[in-house]
Amino acid sequence: MQTKRTIFSSKILPYWLILPQLAVTLIFFVWPAGQAVWQSFLREDAFGTSTEFVGLANYVAILHDPGYLNAMIVTVVFSIAVATVSIVVALVLAVAANSLLKSRSLYTTLLVWPYAVAPAVAGVLFWFMFNPTIGLIPYLLKGIGYHWDDRLNGTDAMILVVIAASWKQISYNFLFFLAGLQSIPKALIEAAAIDGAGPGKRFRDIVFPMLSPTTFFLLVVNVVYTMFDTFAVIHATTQGGPNQSTNILVYKVFTDGFIGLDLGSSSAQSVVLMVIVIALTFIQFRFVERNVQY
Amino acid sequence: MAAIDIKGVGKTYVGNVNAVSDISIAIADGEFIVLVGPSGCGKSTLLRMVAGLETITDGTVSIGNRVVNQIEPAERDIAMVFQNYALYPHMSVYDNLAYGLRNRGTPKAEIDARVAEAARMLELQPYLERKPRALSGGQRQRVAMGRAIVRKPAAFLFDEPLSNLDAKLRVSMRGEIKQLQKRLGTTSIYVTHDQLEAMTLADRLVVLNGGRIEQIGAPLEVYHRPASTFVASFIGSPAMNLVKTSVASGAVSIGDGETGLRANLPNGPVTLGLRAEDLRLSESGSGMPFEIVFIEDLGAQRLLHGNCGGQSVVVAVSPDLPLPGDIRLTIATDRLHFFAAETGKRIEAASI
Repeated sequence: MQTKRTIFSSKILPYWLILPQLAVTLIFFVWPAGQAVWQSFLREDAFGTSTEFVGLANYVAILHDPGYLNAMIVTVVFSIAVATVSIVVALVLAVAANSLLKSRSLYTTLLVWPYAVAPAVAGVLFWFMFNPTIGLIPYLLKGIGYHWDDRLNGTDAMILVVIAASWKQISYNFLFFLAGLQSIPKALIEAAAIDGAGPGKRFRDIVFPMLSPTTFFLLVVNVVYTMFDTFAVIHATTQGGPNQSTNILVYKVFTDGFIGLDLGSSSAQSVVLMVIVIALTFIQFRFVERNVQY
Repeated sequence: MAAIDIKGVGKTYVGNVNAVSDISIAIADGEFIVLVGPSGCGKSTLLRMVAGLETITDGTVSIGNRVVNQIEPAERDIAMVFQNYALYPHMSVYDNLAYGLRNRGTPKAEIDARVAEAARMLELQPYLERKPRALSGGQRQRVAMGRAIVRKPAAFLFDEPLSNLDAKLRVSMRGEIKQLQKRLGTTSIYVTHDQLEAMTLADRLVVLNGGRIEQIGAPLEVYHRPASTFVASFIGSPAMNLVKTSVASGAVSIGDGETGLRANLPNGPVTLGLRAEDLRLSESGSGMPFEIVFIEDLGAQRLLHGNCGGQSVVVAVSPDLPLPGDIRLTIATDRLHFFAAETGKRIEAASI
């Protein structure tokens, strides 16, 4: 790869140029992260009048808290469900759009639209559609004999947040899959056709393996998304309920810290999340780059 | 092994774009046919129609007495070698070779035997476990060939298979393809824009221009008796000199100058074709006057680029030949080619 090298006449100018970015990172990321790490070792009362250093007690506490372990399981289920749904649906749509000759760009534009919708808005949208009292979908489900109630039924609530969180992510995945499909040389597909592979076999043996780097990348990105960026979706729909059934780790940080005012435990939970995101980013950089299969 | 019969084949794309029209070629069993022409002449489209990768708009293609117009590529019993090889990048060389056989449910033992045989023929044994990206261009080309061979198809279709190789490798692969085809005796259609490749490989050449056949014939026949000015300028290197001349009572003249050549043609304009290698420097001082503009030394040959009556002409001479100050050109009368001035079609048996 070619890199452009710029020579600055002034020695200070380059530092000025990176200062805004550094400032944002320091003020909004490094400082709060440091605060979280420090606070995770403290026990404070709700009004901040007394503070005590307790070492790793907060970590020990959350790891023995059944509520926290439940949130972990919920997060794993939620992440896998959202990643699977959004990747599979996006792949199907991308294959369908890619097979079009004329209207491909129209469909692409339409399918990318949801990505422009804010997560909270998407959440509210689905909350309305699935609302047991006024929503259209529970009404239709009643027609086939299913009584939908995401306010009482934990499974229904989980399905609701999975759909709401996947909807937006489908657009994102779709774009990557479409680009991936278009970068597969047409001659490869033709060679496979002459080699006696039908459309399904061609997809399984040629197209899907060629997309595997894209798929792996999206898997990591989607897991990061569901673990950290779905706060708004949960907050706008189920708020972790009913009975903790959709209370994912990042939402629990919020409820314990800002509603429960247990800042020490909340900070310890954020530090755990931080470690997870660092690990995932490491995997992404380390393996996605290397996991090119050909 | 099978004969291929192409009858009145045409291809019209959406918007009435005629890529290929009214092509008829009867290809005998075991014959090596080369489709040659400039880019955009429809040669690849024609090949892809035979392969089944493009639908056929008009006419019929038969492979071994079976009309294949509506038959899927996989069922046509053909194998194709693509320009950029189209190897499956995530499969090993072995799997690349075996893929087509596995899809057809060939028993494992036979797959092993056939792959081993193809690998031996193409000297690919040391590379069977490698991925295509770990191979050189020439080796990839061999794998692409191997993928065609293992299937033992009725016909090989080659779509400019050597154009991605460097000049030296291209010459050696060309020889290998020729030998391999002779040994296997499989009917082959080969597309190229390189006239040298076409000349050396073909049993018969099909020269295409603008989606139509200009000439079909054995390489030397096409070289010695080009059917049109297009073929004359396309086949042979350097290209045949095409000079606008006029005939008045049997005497051929370029512009105002007499050439000393005679032709049994009606009075009027005619295009005269002169191969650079057929022209000789006159020793007697008579013949067409020729001014040298520049000289290209190719080692075995020396090309004199110059003017003859204001029209550019190339003469190929031996590099040892001394060049006199005043050059005049002569040519044996049986080496003259005449083409109609308007249509560019060959005029037969005109010289006397």
